[in-house]
Amino acid sequence: MSLSPDEVRRIAHLARLSVSDDEVAANANELSSILDLVDRMNAADTRGVTPMAHPQNATQRLRPDVVTEPDRRERYQRLAPAVERGLYLVPRVVE
Amino acid sequence: MISGRTGPTNYGSNPVMHDHTIAELAQALAAGEVSSVELTRSLLDRIENRGGEYNSFITVTREQALAEAEAADEARAAGRAGPLTGVPIAHKDIFCTDGVRTSCGSRMLDNFEAPYDATVVRNMRDAGLVMLGKTNMDEFAMGSSNETSYYGPVKNPWDTTRVPGGSSGGSAAAVAARLAPGATGTDTGGSIRQPAAMCGLTGLKPTYGRVSRFGMVAFASSLDQGGPLARTAEDCALMLGAMAGFDPNDSTSIDRPVDDYAGALDGVSLQGLKVGLPKEYFGEGMSDGVRGAVEGVAEKLRELGAEPVEISLAHTELSVPAYYVVAPAEASSNLSRFDGVRYGYRCGEPKNIIDLYERSRGEGFGAEVKRRIMVGTYALSAGYFDAYYLKAQQIRQLISEDFRTAFEQVDVILGPTSPTTAFPIGERSGDPVAMYLSDVYTIAVNLAGLPALSMPAGFADGLPVGVQLIGNHFDEGRLLGVAHQYQQATDHHRQVPAGVND
Repeated sequence: MSLSPDEVRRIAHLARLSVSDDEVAANANELSSILDLVDRMNAADTRGVTPMAHPQNATQRLRPDVVTEPDRRERYQRLAPAVERGLYLVPRVVE
Repeated sequence: MISGRTGPTNYGSNPVMHDHTIAELAQALAAGEVSSVELTRSLLDRIENRGGEYNSFITVTREQALAEAEAADEARAAGRAGPLTGVPIAHKDIFCTDGVRTSCGSRMLDNFEAPYDATVVRNMRDAGLVMLGKTNMDEFAMGSSNETSYYGPVKNPWDTTRVPGGSSGGSAAAVAARLAPGATGTDTGGSIRQPAAMCGLTGLKPTYGRVSRFGMVAFASSLDQGGPLARTAEDCALMLGAMAGFDPNDSTSIDRPVDDYAGALDGVSLQGLKVGLPKEYFGEGMSDGVRGAVEGVAEKLRELGAEPVEISLAHTELSVPAYYVVAPAEASSNLSRFDGVRYGYRCGEPKNIIDLYERSRGEGFGAEVKRRIMVGTYALSAGYFDAYYLKAQQIRQLISEDFRTAFEQVDVILGPTSPTTAFPIGERSGDPVAMYLSDVYTIAVNLAGLPALSMPAGFADGLPVGVQLIGNHFDEGRLLGVAHQYQQATDHHRQVPAGVND
């Protein structure tokens, strides 16, 4: 498995990661060798094997549908890079 | 215990006062030989004086530690002390600590002061343990050498030109350097056990679901598990008792009472204990020094009454390939929360929203984290799901079946923790696949959700070697008991790196 520089750029964009030209070149090699490692899975015959969902086959617990979260907006927004009037600020999305 | 080393003189004036286990310190505190404030202050001073040699701490919480120590001493005076009240420990910087920086070893979270405590942090504080600070780690726990940290590599106290292992390398180095008697870690593919092995410590990865993941920055949610790193199995038992427990805030937490791990240590018998030796673990790839140490442990356990049995874990070779689908896939999803909008790093002068996301993440994450996000994104992208994620989950099932079959024949499984001892800083950082393959003995355990510990097994060329004991689900008590019995009969775990106690 060998990834082209364009494929690396496409994956980086899907993952919302900016990558420099140097990083694209390095990652084309490294990601290809990681995918070669991963492709060793093909040696296993997995026909009819149920994919594992949980190590102890446990299912997700349900809880009563009640409000448990207190209002912590002010505390959380103090961590944000930019807020105004209780809203998170980002560059203009809608023209 | 303490008095054997310090004599009747003031405990605080003894030059090796830091060289005690958690069990010994707990006893000294209970006997009034030392106060938590004295102990905490001396360790904080030691971190200040010696910490720079190892780069094992990212943040030292001096004021808070002294306040917690004072509260612990008051609780003791009022007759409200538990077994661990006043004992200082360190937390891996992956656990959220209210009002204290929680960096996860990343530029992305360099400015992040968590707005709440992880359940592990709260549980340990409730048990009276004092937090000295937050330890260095591979960025977002992605690494096996602690070289991917934004805060620089951690140095192994046994040889400061070598890595301490990872990703809980700062915790391991801090305990090995006697800067803290114990520290928390997390283990997604070996990140507690491998640094424990490389730093001459005992470290336990509990059963998936035993320790709450709430407030533990997520890497791969179906694999991550927190656990203790300390010098002895007894100390790990004490720490696990404080960490573990059902947590309604973690949907994968298992609602099951916590065993009395420390109380049960002496009751575990090696007489007739069936110890499985997987033939796949003793093939090529293991260094001679590691092989010698593992065989030495098997022989010692046999002398102590255990019965070694050869077993097969036939799908061992598939564990690394399957892991490098599951872990990156889950990481790519978990790390999508870092968007430069709500918390963490934000790039300067974003042109538009896409530029904001891409540059905040591109500049905020290091190379290894970006690499794994991209592997995971690729594996989950349209058209590839069946070939990668689904196939890997099927292989997980095969690996789990190997273990299920093995535990019908044996009580515990013994093998190496890592194929080699600690390697030189920089030696493998340019070859990710070689680094990944070095986790071959630890990864299957995470894929199967089993508990496993690493304990010191001797030395090769002056560097510590660890062996791994794997147990069935929720069999932490037996693993700790076997390790404890072994440690009663040997002294590998008592060795101190040269220069540390100078």
